[in-house]
Amino acid sequence: MPEAVTSLEDPAQKFNEEMLIRRIRDGEHELFYELIRPYERRLYAAAFSILRNEADAEDAVQEAVLKAFRHLRQFRAESRFSTWLIQITVNEARMRRRRDRSGMMESIDDTRDDEGNYTPRDFADWREIPSESLERKEIREKLAQALDSLGQKYREVFVLRDVQHLSIDETAKSLGISTASVKTRLLRARLMLRDLLAPGLGGSWTSKLSFEKGAKPW
Amino acid sequence: MVVSCEQVWLEISNYVEGDVDPQLRQAMEVHIRDCKHCTAILEGTRNVVQLYGDERMIDVPVGYSQRLQRRLEESMPRPRRTFLGWMVAAAAAVLVAGTYEVARSAVSGPTELRSQHAQPGKGVPPDLLVIVSPGGKLFHSKVGCPLLHDKGNIRTVAARDAENEGYTPCDRCMGQYL
Repeated sequence: MPEAVTSLEDPAQKFNEEMLIRRIRDGEHELFYELIRPYERRLYAAAFSILRNEADAEDAVQEAVLKAFRHLRQFRAESRFSTWLIQITVNEARMRRRRDRSGMMESIDDTRDDEGNYTPRDFADWREIPSESLERKEIREKLAQALDSLGQKYREVFVLRDVQHLSIDETAKSLGISTASVKTRLLRARLMLRDLLAPGLGGSWTSKLSFEKGAKPW
Repeated sequence: MVVSCEQVWLEISNYVEGDVDPQLRQAMEVHIRDCKHCTAILEGTRNVVQLYGDERMIDVPVGYSQRLQRRLEESMPRPRRTFLGWMVAAAAAVLVAGTYEVARSAVSGPTELRSQHAQPGKGVPPDLLVIVSPGGKLFHSKVGCPLLHDKGNIRTVAARDAENEGYTPCDRCMGQYL
């Protein structure tokens, strides 16, 4: 059975957020940081996936969070607060990227979906990279490098859907593209990353992962 | 229905999402079971989704949270009340306090507090929505408050009603009103 990848939402957290939003709108501005704190790391990841520079990503998050504060009255409770916040951050980061690239021609490759299907390159038995290995900085860095090597349009979709856990629809709305494009780009991003991490290809380091003797993580 | 390797690769992402129709899913399951290559593709794709979806994958620069918090604090407008605002607030407070006292004495006399040690709230806005649980003695402003017990059985009420039921404000999460 396939495992559905769904956006989880904690009802208690949503309730807490609604209460905080009401109080902030009523003038308790100092509570705003408490409202955004659970998402601050994810906001950074979203901005970084677009800007690929630590300082720029941090600036973009700060500006986006301030915009969210100023426009909190426009937030509608029917959408998730986290999604609204991420959308503002994505917009801010994309705006900065456009501004920084003004005068430069946008590559056709950045806007058009690749025609034709992606064919996986590595068919050897998959050597699973266990979640526990994420405790190791070098593993996280390798994974980050693989993600960084994807084209912009694939990285954006992948980060919003698989890192930020937005739904396909939310991802499409955030990026201003169709759900069909999201699905196409997501497929390619996942398969490309899989190839990049495959031991026979760019992920030869995964063969060197050492685990406790006798324990088989896969 | 029979599917080829190419069809499996084309749908593998939707398959992992649980977003393929039952007939296609069954055909894919049959194919994958007998195809070593497609099994490797599926396992790798799932592994990628699982790894990158892990919160530990997000590294932020040192001091990021503190800088964000400081920027927010610096940019927040300072709340200011005009003279008229103070007068309105004072009048409202007198009115609310008076109404509350009248209501208390007219209906059933002083409410019996659930906790013999706690003090009833004085500065809690009566319309503020708060959280109570049946076995608790306090009312809270946050679901995450460590002093809120029986979290599976909570309900939301106005502070006025919580006080009428004998709940007292939690000094942990409602300290600003005490």
